[in-house]
Amino acid sequence: MILQVQGVTKRFGGLQALTQVTFDLPEGQILGLIGPNGAGKTTLFNVIDGVYKPDEGRVIFLGEDVTGKKPYYLAKKGLARTHQIVRPLNELTVRENVMVGACFGHASANLSTAAKIADEVLDLLGLAPKANALAGSLNVAQKKRLEMARAIASQPKLLLLDEVLAGLNPSEIASMVKTVRAVRDRGITIIMIEHVMSAIMNLSDRILVLDFGKLIAEGTPEEIANNEKVIQAYLGDPKLAERLMKGE
Amino acid sequence: MSKKFFQHASLWLSLGTVLVIGLWPIVTHNALNRETAFTVLSAVALASSLNILLGYTGYVSFGHVVFFGFGGYVGFYTINVLGWNIWMAMLAGGLAAALLAYLLGVAILRLRGAYFALATIGINEAVRAFINNFAPFGGPTGMTLNFKIYKAYGGAMHALQLVFYIMVGLTIIVTILSYWVRTSKFGLGLLAIREDEDAAEVMGVITPSAKNWAFVLSAIIPGMVGAIYFFKNGTIEPGLAFPLRTSIEMIVMIMLGGQGTVLGPILGAAGYETMRDYLLVSPLFKNLQLAISGVLLLLIVLFIPRGLVGWLRQRYPKVRRWLI
Repeated sequence: MILQVQGVTKRFGGLQALTQVTFDLPEGQILGLIGPNGAGKTTLFNVIDGVYKPDEGRVIFLGEDVTGKKPYYLAKKGLARTHQIVRPLNELTVRENVMVGACFGHASANLSTAAKIADEVLDLLGLAPKANALAGSLNVAQKKRLEMARAIASQPKLLLLDEVLAGLNPSEIASMVKTVRAVRDRGITIIMIEHVMSAIMNLSDRILVLDFGKLIAEGTPEEIANNEKVIQAYLGDPKLAERLMKGE
Repeated sequence: MSKKFFQHASLWLSLGTVLVIGLWPIVTHNALNRETAFTVLSAVALASSLNILLGYTGYVSFGHVVFFGFGGYVGFYTINVLGWNIWMAMLAGGLAAALLAYLLGVAILRLRGAYFALATIGINEAVRAFINNFAPFGGPTGMTLNFKIYKAYGGAMHALQLVFYIMVGLTIIVTILSYWVRTSKFGLGLLAIREDEDAAEVMGVITPSAKNWAFVLSAIIPGMVGAIYFFKNGTIEPGLAFPLRTSIEMIVMIMLGGQGTVLGPILGAAGYETMRDYLLVSPLFKNLQLAISGVLLLLIVLFIPRGLVGWLRQRYPKVRRWLI
């Protein structure tokens, strides 16, 4: 198991953001994480990568209890993530942005190695022509790719992708899906939060469904698509009309 | 060879500028020029040091003169009371400033933005108040060097000459330090912190220690400059050692030349000091000198927020690679 999340609970004041979330993630899988807005998906990412400390429960990464450890500790150990709202280092070039990932993440490269890694990763993500542009000058789709490039350049063992497809057009989605597959084929385990159902059903080996901070379902994409609870909470309630007609 | 040369173009330009300022009084053999050059070089050294924190790391310190003053006091004390020579005193001043920065960093570098800036002002005032009441440093009246001390250096004239050479050396060191930080892996981490501290942390930059080291590095040279400045001055008192005005002028110099670049603070400091010299002796402006600095800062922030070098980098993307 590359990651074990055990009984994680997180509260913000009176808001119960996560309640007793437990799951295991074997190496090499793509794990999809879905749920309605506000279900606690990003909070779960923030707990896993050390931005938030959970109120209860433990996070075990590569066999070590990393609960409450700082984000940079986890990054060095082999975790990388992208942000739902992109956070480019605006005044640095695209290449420098990616080099930060390679220098300070799990790769711990020196500057010249980092430059090589950066060029290779920028190639993979189709950002090579923009390598010398300032990150602030990119458009949204390119910034999402940059987030991804930075994360990959750190040569992580586990990659957390937070809505990398949101706001992209269909052809951009198709190429991003291809990239995610390519990353998995490099042996990197992935957890991805996504609202684009066709993509997540396609990519994931397994899917977790969060609703109001609780895990309500877990299974293969087919199992999830046919799960009553999931349909009600998230995909919509196809039997609602039927029930209304019966006067229930 | 030429490619390698261009790769470090900004270092050569920066060192060249410093050397021109440093050689000018030696070539012209003029004591007055030497005094002017000394002032300009000390401004360059202070601005370049602060730039490591302000320009590279993105933390605005409004009280950076505290390191100049504290280093100055410690250096002065070792000369005056302990009888150390200027070299040892300079080292002591630098180390004292570095130690102070380290301890302060642990306490206040967790603050961000305006809160950090406010804390630095508070610290400058607190240290000034402390020294004002600290008997071994002479309290509010400060300390004055016995004139005989200069004898060890071949008299006051030679001591002045020596102090000038030391200042040239210090400015060269700070220029190389600034360039090294800007182009190193450590510096890349600082730039990442400046752009987005939380993102930098998630990418693996150990932000608390990186920030603290940046703070320490930005304090060492000001501490040494303080030590030799007050050795030259012959007297030290709290009002001279901790003027808030100097802190603000350092920021104006950095903004003028271009924050976050190696060359910017050097050009900014030289340009600002030249302007100040002109204004101080001009009968028309001599009372308005600070007001003009204020207007200048306002104009920079409004129209060229990246300063001269930053503006060039923005205007000509081709030069961005080597003009840093």
